[in-house]
Amino acid sequence: MNAWRNVWTITKRELGAYFTSPIAYVFIVIFLLLCGFFTFFVAQFLNAREASLVRPFFDWHPWFYLFLVPAVGMRLWAEERRVGTIELLLTMPITAWQAIVGKFLASWLFLALALVLTFPVVITVNYLGHPDNGVILTAYIGSWLMAGAYLAISCITSALTRSQVVSFIISVMVCLFLILAGYPPVINVLEQFVSARAADFVTSFSVMTHFEGFQRGVLDSRDIIFFLSVIGFSLFTTSVILRTHRAG
Amino acid sequence: MIKVQNLAKVFGTKRAVDGVSFSVERGEVLGFLGPNGAGKSTTMRMITGFLPPTGGTVSVGGFDIVQHPIQAKRLIGYLPENAPAYTDMTVYGFLNFAAEIRGLRGDARKQAVTRVVEMCFLESVLHQSVETLSKGYRHRTCFAQSIIHDPDVLVLDEPTDGLDPNQKHEVRQLIRRMGEKKAIIFSTHILEEVDASCTRAIIIDRGKIVANGTPHELRQKSEWAGAVTLRVKGVAASAVTSKLNLVPGVKKVTVLDEKDGHVTVRAFPKGGTNGALAAAVGEAAHEWQIEQLQSEEGRLDEVFHSITMPDTVKEVAQ
Repeated sequence: MNAWRNVWTITKRELGAYFTSPIAYVFIVIFLLLCGFFTFFVAQFLNAREASLVRPFFDWHPWFYLFLVPAVGMRLWAEERRVGTIELLLTMPITAWQAIVGKFLASWLFLALALVLTFPVVITVNYLGHPDNGVILTAYIGSWLMAGAYLAISCITSALTRSQVVSFIISVMVCLFLILAGYPPVINVLEQFVSARAADFVTSFSVMTHFEGFQRGVLDSRDIIFFLSVIGFSLFTTSVILRTHRAG
Repeated sequence: MIKVQNLAKVFGTKRAVDGVSFSVERGEVLGFLGPNGAGKSTTMRMITGFLPPTGGTVSVGGFDIVQHPIQAKRLIGYLPENAPAYTDMTVYGFLNFAAEIRGLRGDARKQAVTRVVEMCFLESVLHQSVETLSKGYRHRTCFAQSIIHDPDVLVLDEPTDGLDPNQKHEVRQLIRRMGEKKAIIFSTHILEEVDASCTRAIIIDRGKIVANGTPHELRQKSEWAGAVTLRVKGVAASAVTSKLNLVPGVKKVTVLDEKDGHVTVRAFPKGGTNGALAAAVGEAAHEWQIEQLQSEEGRLDEVFHSITMPDTVKEVAQ
């Protein structure tokens, strides 16, 4: 009970930090603009004459997140270390885990809010036709889980450095790998060099492969476990990094 | 309340803290002195549980900081060096956060915030963002955070750094007052602070404790302690020096000043003649016109210097 209270105290503070600085507003506006632009202009949603959001809307999410999620996550620990508040935070009567989870949750909830604010596109598609709203829901869930995985990786890179820029660049690179490992053109090239099984192994690390199922309306436990384990592993790594800094 | 035993911290190949032991009881204010990089902050960071020690133990209120960190941390209020605070929050928001994470809810939280805001004179900036505060206010905000749960143990890393003289005075008074009921450790470069608020002082150098005692005891280590300054009129300096050198208990006499027939000399005592020297010097000088006769108390800065930089002490003592 107390543990979750502490987590929630941290989460509240972090959420507050997003909304007292311009980050939150800039992020949400840019995310919504990108979603709108790509869905309606690049993917030609209205001309496709298909009542589905999968291709025109959700397909872009892994790519938007590639740049936007590291931007949300980069300050989580880097800023604490730069300003020195990490010394306050970790000498409070809470565990490092509560702080890590609290911070992660805050950013994850923030990303959830950004996703929820894309609701006009759902209204539009429902107004124009009869989409399968179940598929839309699972795709949203998948998109949120994927954002969580990116975010947890940003936590690691943020804990690694005092510089938010360095944190941003490294996490973009790692997330890019997670996308490309399942990106069809890359897989094709890969299959020419290694056996199909080895290629499958690499592909299984990709967020694309695991996001696919959600986009088809399938809630596969393996996909859910994949994202949750990326999150769990990354947060664990973050805690190890924070501890090593202090061990000297 | 605080028990530190054989505490050590190694960074790479550098032993930042090397076998430090001391204890602080309730009602004590311990001043932590030492040159920059002596290991003061590192020691405090280990006491508060921010850095894990390489060796040795710290216990706070009976709880080991490594084995029972949460229970120990509950008892501690900590003001880190440079007084960090979340720049994106208002002072009020920051203090509320600190109170909440210390487990204060509802009315208890409101009361705690009101109390520290009053104690640290933060009313005028209460709804200002921490980012826009002057250094003094930011410092006090962070200080307020450290006492918000009325802790039994206070660890303050340079609590008066960056404050103006009035604020410094204010903080020293506060430390002294709180020290009656709490166990307090604070570090400082400013030696007057030791006199103003400490019941005991430790001097640390290169990771080791080199002196530990009350301010008075530390001053006794000074070669100035018990020295007598004498100013007379109408006598030659050489005559004064040679006569005083014959006074029992005098180790040496130095001439401080000779001008227009006024001579100022200082007589340093041999060990164990504390306090008695002034009378003896006065006796020897009775035939001259004495303008000033003063017994020195010993100076902390000189003690500090002679302990932490033993090679250069001689020239400074002159």
